[in-house]
Amino acid sequence: MSATSPNDIAISIRNITQRFGEEGAPDSVLALDDVSLDIRKGEFVCLLGPSGCGKSTILNIVGGLFRPTSGTTLVEGRSVEGTPHTDQIAFVFQESTLFPWYTVIENFRIAMKFRGMAASEWDDRAMKALKAVGMASFARHYPDQLSVGMRQRVNMARGICVETPILLMDEPFAALDEQTRMVLGEDLSQLLAATGKTIVFVTHSLAEAVFLSDRIAVMTARPGKIKTIIDVNEAHPRSPDFMLEPRFSELRNQCYALLRDEIRATMAAQRDPAGVEA
Amino acid sequence: MDRAGAQARIIQLAIFALAAGGWYFVTAAGGVSRLLLPSPGEVGTTLLRLIQTKSFWNSVGVTFSSILQAYVIAVVGGIVAGYLVTRSKTAMGVLEPVLAGLFTIPLTLLLPLFILFFGIGPASKIAYGATYAFFPVALNTIAAFGHFDERWLRAAQSMGASRWQTFRHILLPGAFPVLVTGLRIGFVICFASVLGGETIASAVGIGHNIALSAEQMEPGRLYAWIAFVTITAVTLNLLITSIENTIVRRDRK
Repeated sequence: MSATSPNDIAISIRNITQRFGEEGAPDSVLALDDVSLDIRKGEFVCLLGPSGCGKSTILNIVGGLFRPTSGTTLVEGRSVEGTPHTDQIAFVFQESTLFPWYTVIENFRIAMKFRGMAASEWDDRAMKALKAVGMASFARHYPDQLSVGMRQRVNMARGICVETPILLMDEPFAALDEQTRMVLGEDLSQLLAATGKTIVFVTHSLAEAVFLSDRIAVMTARPGKIKTIIDVNEAHPRSPDFMLEPRFSELRNQCYALLRDEIRATMAAQRDPAGVEA
Repeated sequence: MDRAGAQARIIQLAIFALAAGGWYFVTAAGGVSRLLLPSPGEVGTTLLRLIQTKSFWNSVGVTFSSILQAYVIAVVGGIVAGYLVTRSKTAMGVLEPVLAGLFTIPLTLLLPLFILFFGIGPASKIAYGATYAFFPVALNTIAAFGHFDERWLRAAQSMGASRWQTFRHILLPGAFPVLVTGLRIGFVICFASVLGGETIASAVGIGHNIALSAEQMEPGRLYAWIAFVTITAVTLNLLITSIENTIVRRDRK
């Protein structure tokens, strides 16, 4: 991709620092240290890093779930001040965040009700999104009547139905087995090509990051910084054949080489009693 | 009802029939003194006679009004106290273990104190039942609201839910199953405490009549009262379960 004008930027993260607890206090943790990142419209960016490196924290700040200690975030030019911009952003978490006391369709309705969308639109939008993931016939089921893979399809659809330009996905496939993960990854790649959404995706799976992303932001161990950004030049939708190409393995190995030291650093910090608790 | 459910129901009825049959044969064979175990027939006729008396229904009225009052106090108190405790992490850290610890003390030991404070009338049984049932209600309320799955709250927050919407659509339904467990345990304890209290020290009520019948060597009456309480307890339990299922209406296998 060539030079970008400010109008092409969907999310602009500027010098974000996040500290949990008072500075200097024994339990104080510096989660993010001066992170900056621009994400273009329609781009698929993965945040890849060792556990506890602050990947999800970045997502939560961009999504307005909390305010960073310092730094600013602009979403489509508007500053995020610790309040979710629900007209621009939808989250997709793990499938277990479907509300088990509501049926599939009720889960969609409540997501739209919370956003203040008109009740007359709820069911049409819900069914449209459910059709897109092939789950339309399960609208009246309760989440725990579905398999874990089906639940994640529904959960993705719940994020899609509100038709926001930006989707923030926080390790959505972490609880799934590898095969289901791959199939859902393919679906997601197709979906992205169809909707042109901007997606920020947090994962610790190397293959997932390479398969899905336009760019991979590899992060350091805590305090989290962006170590390197890797470009994956491959058009969406991607076919599973992409995984068989030598380029795929090369990129995957490149990510692993970058991550290995960070994972060791994280583990060392966990072992060292004077270090930061995980 | 599906096949497995029907099968379970048949086996349950068979167990009941076996117990009733065993009771009948033991008494018919004459191996057990009538004073210790009267025949089912005698108990049945005594119960039929009893329920036609005014004093029977007076006793039933006293006991069930005591249980109801004690339960309402325990539920309101337990839910309000439990919910308030969950609003502060410090309060939860301090008070949850205290409440759990107190609940392990057999409060039966304190019954004489309740009698001293509230007298021999229903008030002491109400206070005793309410105090005892307060703990499971409060503890389950704390478990329901205090140990709530953060991920559901985060999801709701990301959808822009207001505080009231979060409470009404997320916290309340999410906490409901655990809350109901507390209400159920609380009810069982309340029921047992009031009746137990009445058997030990009371001038009126079902428990008083059971204790009196035993003292006066009237096994027919004694067992008739016990049978009545058993039938009532089973009926109430079925009623509560069906209400629960209607509210939860979660169709899971």
